Formats: sequence, C-alpha cells, structure tokens
Amino acid sequence: MSKVKIKVISRNPDDYLRATKRDIHKMPRNYNPSLHPMEAPREYVRALNAVKLERVFAKPFIGSLDGHCDGVSSMAKHPNRLAVLASGAFDGEIRLWDLAVRKCTRNFVAHEGWVRAICYTPNGDTFTSVGDDKTIKSWKSQVLNEEDEEPVSTLLSMSVVSGVTHHRFKPIFATCGEHCQLWENTRNEPIKVFKWGVDSLHHVAFNQVEHNLLASCASDNSIILYDYRESGPLRKVVLSHRSNAVSWNPMEAFIFTAANEDYNLYTFDVRKLKEPINIHMDHTSAVIDVDYSPTGRELVSGSYDKTVRIFESLKGHSRDVYHTKRMQRLTCVKWSLDNKYILTGSDEMNIRMWKARASEKLGVRSHSVLHVYITPGAKRAIQNVCNVSNSCPVRATYTARPGHGPVLKPRERTALNYAEALKEKFAGHPQVKRIARHRHVPKHIMNAQKEIRTIREKIKRKEANKRAHSKPGAVPYVREREKNVVKEDE
Amino acid sequence: MKEPNKKTNKRYFELDKNETEQKSEGQSQEVKVYNVKITPRILKAQKFKEQHRKSVKPNTYNKFNKTQKYPGKAPIDPERLKKYTRGKGLVGKGVRHPLYKEKLKQKEKKINYAQVQSARAEILLTEDQGGITIDDEDGKTTAISQKIIAENIDIAAATKIFELNLDFGPYRAKYSRNGRHLLIGSKKGHLAAFDWITKKLHFEINVMESIHDISWLHIETMVAAAQKEFLHIYDNTGTELHCVKKIDKILRMEFLPYHFLLAVVSEYGFLTWLDISIGEIVGHYNNHLGRCSVMTQNPYNATLCLGDPKGVVSLWAPTVKQPLAKILCHKTPLTAIAVDNRGMYMATSGVDRSLKIWDIRNLDGPLQHYKLRSAPVDLEFSQTDMLAVGLDETVEIYNDCCTQTTEKPYLRHRMAKSISNFKFCPYEDVLGVGTTHGFTSIIVPGSGEANFDALESNPFQTKSQRREAEVKALLDKIPAELITLNPFEVTEVDVPSLKEQMEAKKKLLHVKPKKMDTTPRRKNKGKTHIARKKIIKEAARREYLEQTKEVQKSLKPEQKQKAPKQSFGVLDRFVSNPKSKK
Repeated sequence: MSKVKIKVISRNPDDYLRATKRDIHKMPRNYNPSLHPMEAPREYVRALNAVKLERVFAKPFIGSLDGHCDGVSSMAKHPNRLAVLASGAFDGEIRLWDLAVRKCTRNFVAHEGWVRAICYTPNGDTFTSVGDDKTIKSWKSQVLNEEDEEPVSTLLSMSVVSGVTHHRFKPIFATCGEHCQLWENTRNEPIKVFKWGVDSLHHVAFNQVEHNLLASCASDNSIILYDYRESGPLRKVVLSHRSNAVSWNPMEAFIFTAANEDYNLYTFDVRKLKEPINIHMDHTSAVIDVDYSPTGRELVSGSYDKTVRIFESLKGHSRDVYHTKRMQRLTCVKWSLDNKYILTGSDEMNIRMWKARASEKLGVRSHSVLHVYITPGAKRAIQNVCNVSNSCPVRATYTARPGHGPVLKPRERTALNYAEALKEKFAGHPQVKRIARHRHVPKHIMNAQKEIRTIREKIKRKEANKRAHSKPGAVPYVREREKNVVKEDE
Repeated sequence: MKEPNKKTNKRYFELDKNETEQKSEGQSQEVKVYNVKITPRILKAQKFKEQHRKSVKPNTYNKFNKTQKYPGKAPIDPERLKKYTRGKGLVGKGVRHPLYKEKLKQKEKKINYAQVQSARAEILLTEDQGGITIDDEDGKTTAISQKIIAENIDIAAATKIFELNLDFGPYRAKYSRNGRHLLIGSKKGHLAAFDWITKKLHFEINVMESIHDISWLHIETMVAAAQKEFLHIYDNTGTELHCVKKIDKILRMEFLPYHFLLAVVSEYGFLTWLDISIGEIVGHYNNHLGRCSVMTQNPYNATLCLGDPKGVVSLWAPTVKQPLAKILCHKTPLTAIAVDNRGMYMATSGVDRSLKIWDIRNLDGPLQHYKLRSAPVDLEFSQTDMLAVGLDETVEIYNDCCTQTTEKPYLRHRMAKSISNFKFCPYEDVLGVGTTHGFTSIIVPGSGEANFDALESNPFQTKSQRREAEVKALLDKIPAELITLNPFEVTEVDVPSLKEQMEAKKKLLHVKPKKMDTTPRRKNKGKTHIARKKIIKEAARREYLEQTKEVQKSLKPEQKQKAPKQSFGVLDRFVSNPKSKK
C-alpha cells in the first residue's frame, strides 16, 4: 500500500466549550445557506411573530397632566427644553409643566376669557400669549422674584387676536384676528398689517426654516401665505371647507399641512397650491389641530372625534390612532422635539402624554448613566428644571417611571432591528398586513367610519351610474385631490 | 459498475483534452489570413486610437501595473461568492416612481453587501473538511479499509470506529440533528439512546413489542418509536410520555424539525403528519399506493418522498390530498430513496439492481444511471453529497456520483452481517450502520460538514442552550401549510390572486379600471420556433388575402354597372340613374 494521508473531522472540545462558568458560550457561526434550510418560511414566521409582538407591546399612553380647571385651549413647546410645556385653558389660566415629573410648575390667570394661543420666543426666556380680551402679553419663563410673575409687556390690539407665532430668530411675532399683524417686541403698535378682505383669521404659523414665510387660516375657507418683508399677502388657496390649523414641515420648508373641517388634512406644496400633494384621510370628524414631527416624516392630528391620529407625511391614511375612554374632543396636539412623545390637550381639562411609536420601548437613563453621559448643556437644563421645580433634587427629576426599563442593550437592539427589517420585508403579506393594520377603535368611531364609507360609496356609485348612462367623456374622472380645492389666488 | 451511455451523453462544453490540443497545434501551424477591406471608417477609428494612446502620459498613475501599497480588501473568489447568493437581484426596471427605484437600489446594495460579508466570514471557519489523499498512480481509495484509516488518524478520532454486538435482531439507527446522540431500535423491541461520542447511555429498555422505526424528536430528550401497534414517545430516561393511538401499524417515520411534524407511513398505505408540539394530526391521507416501506424527506423543502412497489416516487405535502408530483423511477419495486441536503439530487434504487440519480427540481430523465451488483438495501446522502449505498453486507460510499459518472466507490466497507439501515452522522465524518447483529460505526473521511452553526445545531450544546434553542425553535415553527415544492414560494408575488383582485375591482362600477399587466415578464428568448413563426405568418397572409378577395368581390358588381355607361358630356345629368339593388 502506498502512502495514505487521511484527514478526519476531530474537534477538540476545549475549542468549543467555554473555559470557565463566567465566560460566555462560544457560538461558532457558519453562514453557508445549505446549513440553514427553509430560509423563506422561517423568516415569514418570524415576521408574523414580530408583528404580533408589536401589537402586544403597543401601549402608547404614558400619563396625563391634570390641573387645569377648564378645557385646554392651546399649548406651546419650549424651543430648547424638552421637559417644559406651557398650556392655556378656556378660563384664561396658563400653566407651565415639567414633563419629566409630570407636575405643574407654575399657574396663573393670564387673560379674561380664552387663552387663544401661546408661543415661546426663540431663546425660550419669555413666552407670549393672546387671549379673548384683545391683549397680547409676554411672560417670563422663569420666576426668580415676585416682579417676574407680572407680564413683561402687555400690548393692546384694536381687534380680537386669535393666534400668535414667533419668528425663528428675529424679535418679531405675528398675530392673527381680523387681520394678520406683525409686531416687534419693543413697540406698542403693529409694524405691519396684512389684509385680504377676510372677516377673520384663526391660526397663524411662521415657517421655521424659510423664516420669512408665514401662513394663516381664514374664515373664508382659505389658507393665506405671507412674506413678512412684503407689504401685502402673497397667495391664497381656497378649500371647500374651513381649515382649523396649519403646520409647516420642519424639514421641507415648502410643505405645510392644514387640518380641515371636512375630516381631512391637506398637505400643500407652497410652489403649487393648485392642488394638495396629499390628502390624509381617516378622521371621522373635523380635524382641530396638526403638528409635524421634528423629522418631517410624520404628523399628528387631533380631531373633534376624540381621537389622535398619526400620519406618515407621504401616505394618505393614518399609521396609528390613539384614544382613551375619557379623552374628549381634542383641542391641540404637539409632537415633542425629541420625536418620541406626543402631547395632546383636550376639552376635559387634561393634557395627555403619548409615545410617538406605540410599541417602542422607552429607555430611561439609569442614575449611573446619567452621571457618565451628562453634558454641560444637559446639566444646565437639569439645573433649570430644578430651579423651576425647586422642591425636586437633581436625581428625582430623572427617576424611572414604572413600567419602563433601562436603555436597550445591544443584543435587544439588534433583535429589534431584525424584527423591523422582517416586518418591512413581509409587510405586503395578507396575514402580516392584517395584524399590523388592526386597531381597536371605540364604537362611535367604527360607526362613523362605516357611515362615511357608505356615503363615499354612494357618491361614487352615483357618479359611475351617471357616467355609464351619458356620453363617453361627459362625466370625467376627477381626482380626489382636485375635488376639494376651490381656487388659488395671487 | 456499468456506465451505459457515457459516450453519447457528452455535452458540448465537455471538451476532450486531446481534441483541444490538436486544435491548438493546428492553429499554430497554419496562419489564417483575413482579408480586410480598408474603409474610411476604419482609418478614422485607427487615427482616434493612436491619438488617444499619445494623450495618455506614460508617468500617470495606473493601478493595474503599479503595485499599490495598501491595495484594500482582498478580492473574493467568485465561486465562493456564488455559494452565498440569494438569486439574481432586481434591476429596478419597470419601477415607475423614482423614490421606490432608489429604495430598491439601496436594498439591493445591502443584499450584495450581506453576500460579500458572509463570503468573507468564511475566513473565520476553524475546521477543515476531511478527505483522503493517496500517492498512487490512479488515486483509487476504494481499497482503504477502516483499519488503515484508524492507523492514519489521531486516537480521539479513531474511537469513532466501533461496533456494538447486540442480540435483538435487525437494528435501525438514527442520529440526532446535531450529530451528538444516537438512537437504536431493534425489531425485537430493544430501544436505546446514548451520546455516542462519550458513549454515555441515556436509557436502554425493551419495549416488549416489535419496533419498526425510530426517530428523534426536536430535542434529544424525546424519541419516538413505531411499535407493533401504536406510536410511542419516550423521554431520555426511557419513560413513556405518550402513546399515540391515532396512528397505528407504522412502517416508517420521518421527523421534519422546522415544522415539528412527525410524518409516518402506515402498513395500510396511509400517510400521516403529526404535529408534535400540539399533538394534533395535520394531514392524514390514503396514498392509494398500497404498502410502502420506502420513505424519506427532502430536507430542502420538507416534502416527503414515498417510493411504492410499482417503482413510482411520489412527493407529498400535508395540505394536499394528492401527491405534488409523481415520477416513474424504476419499473420494479423501489428499495430505497435518498435526497441530498440542498434538495438538488434524488437517488433511487430498485429491485432491478439499478441506481438512478435524478434532478429533483427538474425530473426529466435520470442524470445518472448505474447498475449495481445487487439491489441496494438503503441509500443515504451525506452533508457533503457523498452517497452511501448498502448492498447486502457491504456499504459502498460514492463521492461525487451525481454530476458525473463514477467508476469506483470512494470507500467500501464489508461486514459479516446484513445491513438494515444506515445514517451519516451530521457534522462528523462518520457513517453509522444498523445491522442484524447490532450497530457499526465507520469513518468516511470528508463526509461531514466541518463547521457547524451553533445557532442552528450545536453538538456542544449545554442544557440551558438546548432549552433556549427549543423555545426559539417553537417560536419559529413553520406552519404545515407552507410545505411546498418551492420553499421560497412564500416570498414570491402571488400573481393569480392579484389578477383576481384586479378583476373584482373592474366589476365595481365606480372604480376607474387600472391598467396592470399580470403576465410574468418572461420572454421566450430564442425559444420561439421559426417553423411556428412561419405558420403564423402564413395564416395571417392567407387571412389577409381572403379578406381582400371578399372586398374585391363586393366592389366588383358596382364597377360592372358603371362600366357600360356612355358619356354624353354635359347632357349626362339627364341620364336616369337607377338605385343599385342590394
């Protein structure tokens, strides 16, 4: 027999077993596809499980801030502090909140009648409120002595004021009412007044990116655009119903969304107002307020049908719907500037905090982590919070809320990313789609949805019948986007 | 071993060495002369080339002729890259919206990146595959006996050659999925499970009934035994956990690990799938084939291959009453079937002593056809596609017998006892043979996959790992409905139902019908017969001619009427013009 060389698999167990009990287990991998059969069905099952778990963990409600003695009429986010929120009520009271501990830090009666709107100045030192008493008052955010509790300035307007918005960085703010008025902080008279033959305006919003632009909603069902450097308004688009609020996309400066009375939201491109670039449907009653997420990818809307809906800005139907048994008609909604929370104010005196992504696991920094990752800015912020809520020590402001664990571990993060990728991959499958889309909604919403559906069907059927029995081309197909825009003026 | 049609089966790409050599010699002797007519276009092209050559400076940086100091990542062998491919990617053609086009492009990039990374990760594999190298002129390894193998390998590996002499009649043996544990069951009721590497016995009992087949369930703490009447399930201490009376008189069993299904075929010709995670029967069909004692699973798609006495192999899934496919493999009763791990080849053998290799995805005609000395008792593919063939008292192992016709077996092992069944041990170079007098374990170098994936099956699993893996596996349990011939069907577009949807929408009055083409974009490139094209053309031409003839016919009578008319100049208006009758 000639020379033979034989090689056989002979594994040394020491190479495959951990040395000590404290060591981690060795997990050799081999990505050869023939060792992982039935890849597609296994992934499908995992996707199905992932989407089920997502629904299991979907618990969006975090808590409510109660204290107001009348319905909440308006809210304002602090421009650079996440934990601060100002809210005004129908009885003229303004409350400042510390969201981290969910406590009211200050409250005072600011106006007689409603607080129509509140807005912060860009640096966050003061905030301006307008009320039914035709006054525009600016207040200090922090109270160090008794003098600070009084308004810094009180401006008297000639007519009713119903909205206020501040320029991104200049000391200019705009109010609306009978006309759109521009004010400078130091002057008692408006520096500019924009008129366009409209009875009243009820909402105004400065564009925070293209900062010379502002939009307002008018009672003649129109949305009017202004450039504050010009002497007159720029353009106007008239819809079939009144728009209640308008919000600018913070990432795409030329896009804004209007919350309309006809149950829909309309997203417009400023450059082409002839028709909306998107219609967001799903609400079953008038939409009262709208706010964009800081990423500009999503928007939240609050409606008279007692629900909050979250829309993806490119999609026509809502991604999620939030409701509780006790939440009444929504009056204002805000998306927090860290893209994680949604704040809603409603008729029945409560402000509610929600997660922006219902099934997301919220990480609260543990104390040790807080000490490690603290930045100078954050430290100042914490100190500021402490000054405002002077009873709380630093640690207490960041105590973990019950039900929320520590930050995600890397393994958990990868598992979540994997689940996310699978959900996306199999999103089109009927089973997966059905589970992902399913939401429980109150009965009145279900019934209203059904009703709206039948109405829409009826209209369509009627139109189709008409089309079927008339000359071809006599009844043209009109796109949904064209239907609701009456005209565009310049 | 015969090879009936090797000469005739030669393909165009299998060039003979001699032929190519001859060709190249012939070319060197005679220089072929091409006559090229010089046109102004050629001259212009030549001029342009020359200019271009001049314009390139000689000292410019050229990465091809200059060795780089830091050349970046090493190139990957395209063969290796091909191993990890998940099919041809999307080109993005036909995607209308630029955003989605871009998204698809990005996704494609990620998929390619994953492919490259997994190919690169091969460098991390620690073990090498086994094999035999021999310094012989013909390099035949058939004569190498287990004794020689044992002499040439290390002591630890040599312990894997062993024999168990047991007295309870023909034994069947099966390895657990990670290759660590062995289960043997005999016709006379002897049932034993043990860790065959450490030789630690888990349990050994006599069930006092005949055992027809045995199977491991999803973990090594549970085994199933098909006894005289019913199916019994035991744990790793030999305690009977269940007696499944829904299924009786079982001949063969196969466990589908990803579906948690135990597939059994009974003496009365019934195929049954038992979901062992919930204890329910998911499929129970009469196969109308009679008593079939030849069954195997296709590990690629979890379908069952059932061989019947007429020589037909039928493929079965639990949700379909009829077989998914049927192939007449032999004209005599089948003795054994084996399907390889990648679901590409199926080996069948009949009583006529023939062994055929089939492409299981294609099924037209055997790829290989061998004639053996005697009818094989059992067939088995290893993880590296070696084929073990059991002939009475010998096991022959063929290396690479599917793609090409082999002359001689890779290894041959003779035993003094007749074989009842054998299994290759996963992740080991071992073949375990159940015989009439016990169990024999022999080494077949290069038969096992050297590098296991610990998350799939881990021979060095601890108890806690096993428990975790069990839970994970249960979470990923594939529903029985997803067993199809093509396991990737679930990721493909469901064309017929989409078509149905579109048609349903069209019926609604108020919806504007969308234009959508549901026919798959597959052009029959080069498959259209020219003859057929001619026929179509001819038919069209004939039709056209006939139509023109008819038109001419209809025109003719009018012309006839007009022709005899006389012209009177201006007075034509007074000529009566009778209406033509129709």
